[in-house]
Amino acid sequence: MAGLPPYASTGQKVWHYSYLVICAAIFFFLIAPILIIIPLSFNAENFFTFTPEMLALDPEGYSTKHYRDFFTNPDWQVPLWNSLKIAPVATFLSVALGTLAAIGLSQPHVPFRRAIMAILISPMIVPLIISAAGMYFFYSRIGLQGTYWGVVLAHAALGIPFVIITVTATLVGFDRSLTRAAANLGAGPVRTFFKVQMPLILPGVVSGGLFAFITSFDEVVVVLFVGSAGQKTLPWQMFTGLREQISPTILAAATVLISISVVLLVTLEVLRRRSERLRGMSPG
Amino acid sequence: MTDSATTPPSQPMAVLPGGEVTENGPMLAADGRPLKHSLNRALRREKLRAFLLISPLLVFILVAFVAPIAEMLFRSVENQIVSETLPRTVAALREDQNLPEAAPGEPVYEALYTDLFIAAEYKSHTRLGSRLNYESTGLSSLFRGTGRDVGRFDTDIYTDQFVEAAPALEDPVAWSNWMADDEIREALPFTADAWDAWVTLTVEANEDDPLEEDVEDFVYTALYRDFANGASPSGFPDVDVSNFESVSIKALFEESDEDWVDPDVWQVIKTYSPNYTDGYFLNSVDMMNGPGGEAEWRPESEQIYLKLFWRTMWMSMAITFSCILLGYPIAFLLSTLPLRTANVLMILVLLPFWTSLLVRTSAWKVLLQQQGVINDTLVWLGLVDDLNRLQLINNATGTVIAMTHILLPFMILPLYSVMKTIPPSYMRAAKSMGANDWTAFWRVWFPLSVPGIGAGSILAFILSIGYYITPEIVGGTSGVFISNRIAYHISSSLNWGLAAALGTILLALVLTLYWVYDRIVGIDNVKLGG
Repeated sequence: MAGLPPYASTGQKVWHYSYLVICAAIFFFLIAPILIIIPLSFNAENFFTFTPEMLALDPEGYSTKHYRDFFTNPDWQVPLWNSLKIAPVATFLSVALGTLAAIGLSQPHVPFRRAIMAILISPMIVPLIISAAGMYFFYSRIGLQGTYWGVVLAHAALGIPFVIITVTATLVGFDRSLTRAAANLGAGPVRTFFKVQMPLILPGVVSGGLFAFITSFDEVVVVLFVGSAGQKTLPWQMFTGLREQISPTILAAATVLISISVVLLVTLEVLRRRSERLRGMSPG
Repeated sequence: MTDSATTPPSQPMAVLPGGEVTENGPMLAADGRPLKHSLNRALRREKLRAFLLISPLLVFILVAFVAPIAEMLFRSVENQIVSETLPRTVAALREDQNLPEAAPGEPVYEALYTDLFIAAEYKSHTRLGSRLNYESTGLSSLFRGTGRDVGRFDTDIYTDQFVEAAPALEDPVAWSNWMADDEIREALPFTADAWDAWVTLTVEANEDDPLEEDVEDFVYTALYRDFANGASPSGFPDVDVSNFESVSIKALFEESDEDWVDPDVWQVIKTYSPNYTDGYFLNSVDMMNGPGGEAEWRPESEQIYLKLFWRTMWMSMAITFSCILLGYPIAFLLSTLPLRTANVLMILVLLPFWTSLLVRTSAWKVLLQQQGVINDTLVWLGLVDDLNRLQLINNATGTVIAMTHILLPFMILPLYSVMKTIPPSYMRAAKSMGANDWTAFWRVWFPLSVPGIGAGSILAFILSIGYYITPEIVGGTSGVFISNRIAYHISSSLNWGLAAALGTILLALVLTLYWVYDRIVGIDNVKLGG
């Protein structure tokens, strides 16, 4: 598909270009719904469609009032802060426990490796509504339902599979003779871990952490059931808004979230490149 | 195997000349232990270290995730509420011979009187009523109404007659002394049981001292039962009850609500009296326990779940199929373009993948509305009449469109990673041997990309059948999935057992698909974001 040969027939040319048009249409389908949110969020009216002023590119048709509402209204600010209070703690738990376990799993002799792996990956496989139902029943029994720590624990559990997958993937390329060399030179296990192993697997750990963070930051089903009004997060507020009285502020909130995803995407891409470079340099 | 046939198996220890083995013993490690032991010990230590690293997370997941799932599975069959709230009635029903033709006999009603009196004090009768209401409508109000009446039943005639015959029977201190005597307890089984229940009730629910409170009517009713059965314990006031004015408890219940003499009501209570029930699962597949105890179909008008499961399945299939249709050309394009261009275009796939689910759902809610951007554009283009705007949201169409958009990256990524491994020279070879473009694609490329289609489809299908948020927002009533029904039963109808049973069925479905996915792709090959 990398261009047509000079001897291509008319039929082939027609097919080639119509194929490109089809692909462009599919890319449009993928990206347009997200991009269209951004100009709509600057609507001066409380409409969800382009006003004639906006189409005429009249500055009168645009305003930042929905952003002002988003950043001043406690209906949005409180959930935003709740999200920012829950996600980092949940991420820390997932990353700390997940990295240790991934290192353990990558040792050569682990009994029941497949079974353990299946259990650790399960939060990603089980549909969220089922996890949410189970956690609701179980956490109310042990008094965690409707508490901050209940939501943090639930989100940490949901983020763990991502940490396990990314860190084990990084460890596959890890040269074990490096830790032996460090031990040989007199470093204890803790020092070896922080000075030798950690810097090398850091890209995997950070991208796992980003996945865990976005899982918690974007999660709504579990928090709906496990949380109470005091733990209302940003996605929850958006969900309520979409279901009950939809306000255009939601578009401003969505645009803020899109910017966050772009930052995360760029960070991950940089990390991936760095990891590839590091692995290219390592003797293994 | 050919080697072992020609050369004898090597046995170094046995064939070494001069009996070296017995002289030197087995090979030793530096510390003097046999090498084999030393190696084993090192291996054990390594296993232990690996296990110590894994165990904190394993414990965490078991508590925070696996235990909740187990709790849900348990709740789908758990049914202790009937036997916990009405223990005496359940025991009496087991002895009863009248059901299912006629209402049970007097002993059952006497037991129910005690049970319901206590349950009404604890306010647990309303929960039992709601539970049984899932099985037969009307039972909730039956329990609620009689729960109010049961404290005012005319059983005080027993109390009055006993106290008149033996005034000591009014004294709770005397009662507590009698009830400490094992012989009396044995002779008056119903009374002892009722007394214990009353003491517990007074202390727990009312936080009073039983030695200072008036003994309740139901204890005297139990006492009358014991005496009427011919009990005459020594050390207890002997009362002749043959002349007592008596009252039928059954008649009192009938007076409160005539449904209490309906054998069908009792059949429901009896059917759901065991601690575990298949009732929730039967309900999940539109069946129920019939009057005779065997499973039967629910009436046509109440059959909703099989339809809902079926709809969830076919809509998930439709979504998966649209994902293949849209994802395949993209994956093909990306895998045949030079890496640099492909990486740039990949951003268009990864950005939706990374964008918040709520953002994408909001986008579709905004776009698909009747006054939304899509309808506006279509009207502007003249494709749709302004008065007949398309109904794109709050139905199955809305769900399929939005979900296809959300799951498309999950189809493209596995397809792309499989197609990347197909050498481009295969297509060139096919063409050089005379295949035209289509034949080269269909006979060479497509069969090689089938594993990618399989992996992507299962992934998209698994994700789709468990989806809750998007169908809830854009699905209206005709585009919702089984998950939405589960959420409804947890938060609105409070029928948790049914929610758990529906969840268990869905879980079994997903795990089966996951097992298939693991066989085809392997969990270790799950890749995130390319």
